[in-house]
Amino acid sequence: MTDLSSFREEARDWLQANCPESMRTPIRGFEDIYNGGRKPEVSHPDQVVWCERMASRGWTVPEWPVAYGGAGLSKAEAKVLREEMALIGARTPLDSFGISMLGPALLHFGNESQKLEHLPPIARGEIRWCQGYSEPNAGSDLASLATKAEDKGDHYLINGQKIWTSYADKADWIFCLVRTDNSGSKHEGISFVLFDMASPGVTVKPIKLISGSSPFCETFFDNATALKKNVVGEVGKGWTIAKYLLTHEREMISAFGTSTSKKTIGQRAAQVLGTDASGRLRAGTLRSVIAQYQLDTQAFTATMERVKDEAKAGQGLGPASSIFKYYGTELNKRRNELVLSIEGEQALGWDGDEYRGGEMARAWLRSKGNSIEGGTSEVQLNIVAKRVLGLPDA
Amino acid sequence: MTLVLNEEEIMLRDSAAGFLAESANVSAFRAHRDNPPASGFDRALWESIAEMGWCGIAIDEQYGGLSYGFTGLGLVLEQMGKHLSVSPFNSTVLMAGSVLEQCGTEAQKQEWLPKIASGEVVMTLAIQEGTFFDLDQLSQSVTTAADGFTVQVEKRQVLDAIAADAFLVVGRDSDGFQGFIVSAADVSVHAQSMVDARSSGTVVINTTCSKEAQLDPAAMNGKGLTRALDQIHIGLAAELLGLSTEAFERTVAYLRERKQFGKVIGSFQGLQHRAADLFAELELCRSIVLQALRAVDSGDELGGLASAAKAKVAQISQRATNEGIQMHGGIGMTDEYDIGFFIKRARVLEHTLGDFHYHLDRFAVKGGY
Repeated sequence: MTDLSSFREEARDWLQANCPESMRTPIRGFEDIYNGGRKPEVSHPDQVVWCERMASRGWTVPEWPVAYGGAGLSKAEAKVLREEMALIGARTPLDSFGISMLGPALLHFGNESQKLEHLPPIARGEIRWCQGYSEPNAGSDLASLATKAEDKGDHYLINGQKIWTSYADKADWIFCLVRTDNSGSKHEGISFVLFDMASPGVTVKPIKLISGSSPFCETFFDNATALKKNVVGEVGKGWTIAKYLLTHEREMISAFGTSTSKKTIGQRAAQVLGTDASGRLRAGTLRSVIAQYQLDTQAFTATMERVKDEAKAGQGLGPASSIFKYYGTELNKRRNELVLSIEGEQALGWDGDEYRGGEMARAWLRSKGNSIEGGTSEVQLNIVAKRVLGLPDA
Repeated sequence: MTLVLNEEEIMLRDSAAGFLAESANVSAFRAHRDNPPASGFDRALWESIAEMGWCGIAIDEQYGGLSYGFTGLGLVLEQMGKHLSVSPFNSTVLMAGSVLEQCGTEAQKQEWLPKIASGEVVMTLAIQEGTFFDLDQLSQSVTTAADGFTVQVEKRQVLDAIAADAFLVVGRDSDGFQGFIVSAADVSVHAQSMVDARSSGTVVINTTCSKEAQLDPAAMNGKGLTRALDQIHIGLAAELLGLSTEAFERTVAYLRERKQFGKVIGSFQGLQHRAADLFAELELCRSIVLQALRAVDSGDELGGLASAAKAKVAQISQRATNEGIQMHGGIGMTDEYDIGFFIKRARVLEHTLGDFHYHLDRFAVKGGY
């Protein structure tokens, strides 16, 4: 414990001395999240300073080993660091798919030289990554993907198309699922490969959604090249890594189901729509729907906690975790519908300051995608039915 | 507060499951339904339950209990729900035990809690008036008399009323809530024949109560009564969770074996998705019940948590038992098949001290809307 408290003191002093004042203010939107990369987008010059200072201590990825750009902190120390950052309102210095997705996969499946080559630039925010998974004809049925990788000795020649590639227009490298072999079952012959988006033969086209502009892109490969040394894991066994990352992605998306705002939807409704003498919301039918939503949110949040506690107690990730993606995204859709019911016309504005740029309407429309991306609700229910309940295939 | 059972709790749960599966299972319940014992319960079973110490699980050591905590009580109740066990455990241990612990005077606790812990007394809570439980709508049934109080009221849906040696009667006077310990000799009881075939009754009270029989009025009008009722709501939610989970597991087992159109019906996606969604809901129920049990033990303010637990489980118990019948098809409608017992017990449990709507409303009020 004394070690932890001395670490806490050290972290507190260092953060106090090194976190710029401007990086202790709440972020105002996505533009304030720093993603790094070769051509970083910067809303404030201190973002770069803050990221560099944190990276110099390995604190952009505190739990990664020192050799790979981290600080080798224990879980307890990392928690202390997060607490100390929260205490002064310090922003996350760097947020990227490299940190949240590829990094964990490389730590798990990568070889030593791959780790040494790719992890430190992620930790320093020098290289920004995107994920090449879905294809126009491989959505829910991801394993039927057809982007072809042809063996050319020391490299692969890649031809095909990816879709829903988030930030492909801003990323420097891609981790990509390609088909290296067509002869076996569809889950075999998939390889997990890394290559530079600046390579000749890679083109990117942004996708506009029902909610407006989006980070999603279509990505085309026309004789693009990937070096063989950048195949992660065994050739043809990429599906294992894909599944590992999908689980990871689903956990991140399911966190949408837990609310971060201080005011509950019910309290917001009371403020906007008014209450009667007994303190009950005047809009009686809406009140029941809100209460049901709040009830489910509370029980869902408790379930996330329970699963975390079970894992901590060494009981492993129980079957309850398989419902997170499904339930969390459905909850988020319900919440966004309730925002419309409570705010009315204000939530339907599309543009202009009056409607804060159509923030509520766009969030509502965007939420419809939550139960599609990263595995649809229907796919999630199939997984629960088969793997948890042991129900047979049709 | 950690939302995971420790080794001791897992042992308790498993030993409760083992005993009840053997001695107080669904077949035992069927026998009870077909030939109800005159006393309303099986004394031999009750003695075994008391011998195992379950009656004193949440009672403090100084009053003859085990000081094991409320989570332990919840785990036993969950198993009783799962096996549709019949005993005066609910009325005596959960209901009377909670009210005495929270609202009893020191002398009353010393007199009654050890008897509850040892199983030598059957006690119950008489609180509901009319067809619904509503704490805010209790009539003014208590007036001050020369040598104490006069209590005049009819209480309904009183669990184990026939078997009870004593009643905890909760009513109102002009100033607020009042509670009394009333002997069975001073009331008249009429058995109610309810759909779940458990023993309950209407209790007519028209008697004088001494000051010694009066529960602590400060606790009754402070946090005590609310806390006691919240504990009871949470305990009932735990029982309903066990019942719902068992109904669901029986239903899924049936989906795995029943064949139609040349296939196991569990292979049809229409049924798979309904089952998977219900699984998700039951996992949520399990979490909020455990959270509520832990909150009782940690002494936290419960706020809307007890009503959240009861409302959530009540609602999903409806789904689990309704789907239980639907997915079993015709056989689920027959008395010979056990799944029908679950839907009957579920609704009576739900309506004991507030159904889904009552608790959803209370949850919203506590949430500030």
